Amino acid sequence: MTQFKIDSSQYKAIVIGGSAGSFQVISKILSSIPSNFELPIIMCLHRLRHVRNGFVEALNIKSNIEIEEPYDKEAIKRGKVYLAPANYHLGIELGNTFALSTEELVNNSRPAIDITLSTAAYAYRNKLIGILLSGANKDGAIGMKNVHEKGGLTIIQDPQECLIDTMPLAAQKITKIDYVLGVDGIISFLLELDKQIKATATTSS
Amino acid sequence: MQDIEIAQLRTITDIIKKHYNYDFSNYAMSSFKRRIQRILEIHKYSSVDVLIDKLSLGDTKYFKEFLSEITVNVTEMFRDPTFWKELKENILPTIFANNRTVSIWHAGCSSGEEVYTMAIVLKEMGLLENVKIIATDIDTTILQKAREGVYPLKNMEMNIKNYQRYGGTVGLEKYYKEEGNKAIMDKSLVRDVTYKEHNLVTGGVFGKFDLILCRNVMIYFNQQLQNSVLKVFHESLFKYGYLAIGSKESLIWCEIANKFIVVNNEEKIYKKVKD
Repeated sequence: MTQFKIDSSQYKAIVIGGSAGSFQVISKILSSIPSNFELPIIMCLHRLRHVRNGFVEALNIKSNIEIEEPYDKEAIKRGKVYLAPANYHLGIELGNTFALSTEELVNNSRPAIDITLSTAAYAYRNKLIGILLSGANKDGAIGMKNVHEKGGLTIIQDPQECLIDTMPLAAQKITKIDYVLGVDGIISFLLELDKQIKATATTSS
Repeated sequence: MQDIEIAQLRTITDIIKKHYNYDFSNYAMSSFKRRIQRILEIHKYSSVDVLIDKLSLGDTKYFKEFLSEITVNVTEMFRDPTFWKELKENILPTIFANNRTVSIWHAGCSSGEEVYTMAIVLKEMGLLENVKIIATDIDTTILQKAREGVYPLKNMEMNIKNYQRYGGTVGLEKYYKEEGNKAIMDKSLVRDVTYKEHNLVTGGVFGKFDLILCRNVMIYFNQQLQNSVLKVFHESLFKYGYLAIGSKESLIWCEIANKFIVVNNEEKIYKKVKD
């Protein structure tokens, strides 16, 4: 059963944004995808600005892939999961590397989801999948708009399922959303995408 | 608003080089683009071409404002409290064990919060009198702010929390007085600090230091520029001198990284071990 129309050869990276109410969702996603998941997953989650340690460790408990907080200029690799570090914006640079910044707060946040999504959209163009989860502010809406405008795929967590629906609704209000999915739907999508990428890799080799 | 294209960013850096002799061509693209976007928003310019036209006039007063806006001036006192704790407990004692007087360079000091942080750490160690500090920045407007040492009172709440996490016992409140919505720093802390304009891209070496702090500055440069700035730092350090960078920066991709060893990986403190 394929409920998604995916051109799997098209995609190079996935960005996931989340805020209040997204921790359990992220944990479930990371515990459901295989340890050899193909595409890099770049997560920008709102977090305490002045607490450097603990968050990635908490997420790692359930995750099948060890999550890393990338360094500035670090190359983005397939099969890795990255998390925006505390008190830095996480951007994507042309040339497939990370670019950190300590610029002003955006949407009262650092890291801001808009920055990760927008820079990723600029770098990956139509090869990006943006996923926005539960949250209590509007961060990520402009970023999702940029993803769509560059031809990337947009997914939000079903607002009816979200603990706090402000964030996905804000995105839905200003841009086209390709899929509105519950957590299980998001997981099915990622598994299907991964299956197709692996199948393509096998046939072409 | 239309997205800014790479070609337009190149035009901007070319004009700046030609008219004002500043070189931004090796700044990291993603943040440089965002700074340009921010300037367009602040001035309500309808497109990037308006900015290009303005910069083409060669008006140095206008460029000075532009320079202040293009550089990132977000900073805190005691940012990364564990870093300052490491300096107090290990790095500074090691430096002072081998030197009577110590020289420190804050490269890219911005509005000077970090300089005050260093001065407070040294004062509480009873070593402030034995240190010569030089604080530099590319932007003379922000250097003036650093000299004045007057900060928004609302920032002090965060600074105080950082100070407490650092393990400060005297109380940060002791080092400033409130006036309206401002915190006015105790100037005696920075009596021996020299503030000086210096461009890391073109400025080169101007002294020798036991410790250089350049935290979250090189993230705005591309790899090539990071390489050349690291060479300047290497040359500016005494052998066995220390270099501190931001907690999520790394030297491992730099050409001369092998001339340094990691002293503390968590806090990103390096030591020069080879000339």
